[in-house]
Amino acid sequence: MLEFNVQTLAFLLFSLFVLGGAAGVVTTRNLIHATLYLILSLFGVAGLFVLMSAPFLAVVQVVVYIGAIAILIVFAVMLTRSMTRLRDLYNHQWAASAVVAVLLFVLLAVGVILPVWGVNGAQTPTEVSDVVADTVELGKALVDRNQYVLPFELASLLLTAAMIGAIVVARDDE
Amino acid sequence: MVPLWAYLLVAAGLFCIGAYGVLSRRNAVAVLMGVELMLNAVNINLVAFWRYLSPLNMGGQAFVAFVFVVAAAEAAVGLAIIISVYRSRRSVIVEDVDIMKW
Repeated sequence: MLEFNVQTLAFLLFSLFVLGGAAGVVTTRNLIHATLYLILSLFGVAGLFVLMSAPFLAVVQVVVYIGAIAILIVFAVMLTRSMTRLRDLYNHQWAASAVVAVLLFVLLAVGVILPVWGVNGAQTPTEVSDVVADTVELGKALVDRNQYVLPFELASLLLTAAMIGAIVVARDDE
Repeated sequence: MVPLWAYLLVAAGLFCIGAYGVLSRRNAVAVLMGVELMLNAVNINLVAFWRYLSPLNMGGQAFVAFVFVVAAAEAAVGLAIIISVYRSRRSVIVEDVDIMKW
């Protein structure tokens, strides 16, 4: 089970942010409030990244997700003002969606739990290495000829294409 | 350290909540928020497996960086489409946008 220490406490707190924020996103009527819940959830994910010793990803999570994507969503909500508070929050298939989501969660949870506590499960926790590659290694890997330089360049191309595409699609044609 | 299964459970919960949002909300912006939640669940899983199984191989973190890029592109194009649809149809309810329904 979980041992009780500061790290576990932080994990539980951030998990509460993540899941509570997510629940707020899908149940709140007012979309501005839903976006604020989304920011809470994304912040919790950044905290989990810090706990897993990935500080660079945590900062990128705050800058890109909270600083850019969430603000973009706020803009979209405000530009579609009359749609911010719909009277009917859910479509007619919401009950089926809830069943599907719960079943999927049960399936995933069984898949996660069974290898740990199942009949042939590994009851003892496996050794976790204290040696972790740092941000310098990530930077090197992203521009290394034998690793990720090609996907890295493709990602920049994708961002440019998406930016031009978004401008063209959202432009007013008179 | 917190065991791996705890992170995987949180990620599974986040993914399922996001999937419920995508499937059940009527507002297209709310649907996009659900997609963002699901992408974040995937990111938690990627970083958790990187940390616990191969912390010296940067593949896990590099993949998360690419997911960030794709998520930003998806949000920009998706919201542009939503704003464009709102301009022409005065609605962002997904059931109203059915011109491509056969």
